[in-house]
Amino acid sequence: MADPMKIRASAKEGITEVKVLMSHEMETGQRKDSSGNLVPAHFITEVSAEHNGKQVLAAQFGTAISKNPYLAFKFKGGAKGDKLAVSWVDSKGDKRTDEVLIG
Amino acid sequence: MRTGLHAVLAAVVLGIGGSALAQGSTMDEITKYREMLADGNPAELLEMKGEELWKKPRGPKNVSLEQCDMGLGPGKLDGAYAQLPRYFADTKKVMDAESRLVHCMVTQQGFSEAEATRNWFSKPGRNSDIESLITYIGGKSNGAKIDVPARHPEEARMAKVGEYIFYRRSGPQDFSCAICHGQEGKRIRLQDLGNLTTRAGAGTAMGNWPSYRVSQGTVWTMQRRLIDCMRQARWPEPNYLADSIIALEVFLQKTASGTVMQTPGIKR
Repeated sequence: MADPMKIRASAKEGITEVKVLMSHEMETGQRKDSSGNLVPAHFITEVSAEHNGKQVLAAQFGTAISKNPYLAFKFKGGAKGDKLAVSWVDSKGDKRTDEVLIG
Repeated sequence: MRTGLHAVLAAVVLGIGGSALAQGSTMDEITKYREMLADGNPAELLEMKGEELWKKPRGPKNVSLEQCDMGLGPGKLDGAYAQLPRYFADTKKVMDAESRLVHCMVTQQGFSEAEATRNWFSKPGRNSDIESLITYIGGKSNGAKIDVPARHPEEARMAKVGEYIFYRRSGPQDFSCAICHGQEGKRIRLQDLGNLTTRAGAGTAMGNWPSYRVSQGTVWTMQRRLIDCMRQARWPEPNYLADSIIALEVFLQKTASGTVMQTPGIKR
């Protein structure tokens, strides 16, 4: 199973700032290994963030995004103690969801 | 003919002025790039994983590393990395963070040394427990002052050996560490080369590791950094945890003593 994400979320003056680090290889499918064989593509395709169950961000990811992606965004609303969940799905169908309380 | 020569001279002078200017703004841009990267340093992922590995019962004996003595007493990690390498009475050896960690994995968790060090660095698709554990242990010294006075006779001896290696020219290119890292204001391509003979220079070099290498997509430990320095100098590569590497660490940490650690760092 994939390693956990690191999520930080803080609310200030009605705006919540979210910073997410995802642990993922993000293989493009173009890289070759030491014996010259192509390393199969394996990357995150979709990312979604939900605030108290309501989606606040949906993103499509591709191979131009680096290994261990970092995503920062802000949304209107959110208060201390609210739940914020981030999920991703990758090209092999692996999934990961992590949740934090907004601080 | 004369005018021609003047024109060439003028062009040369202008050329020098132009490149100095470009160099200044390039460094500013690189600094900006580093600041942007530092906001979401993926080394934090390894720190999280390292903490879990530290606390989880593992190995044939199924115990955690929480009783491991990194120099300040069993389980005491705050500031421990900043005071390594040091002499350990139980092994009668000067050990750095990585050799001490492996010692704990062997003596407390029951791994064989070969098992413990098999994946001492990661490759895509091959994780390294040591990388994560060292990122976690190093992070516990973030903000701590480097303090390696090398007063114990064994530590003093290692510092001397390290100093010798630092200045010793050898290998097919007749290279020493000091050739790149013994002067102020040197660059290789776009990278500033630190002057490791000064406290400030050694402090910047030592205080930032373990560090996430964006180009490698993982954290490099100090052992990996120094072993790769040897490779780049076209020297034979030392084995992982070799005394020569630990000696260099003692020498550099002694020079860096008094500077503040900022780790995990992030590098290109």
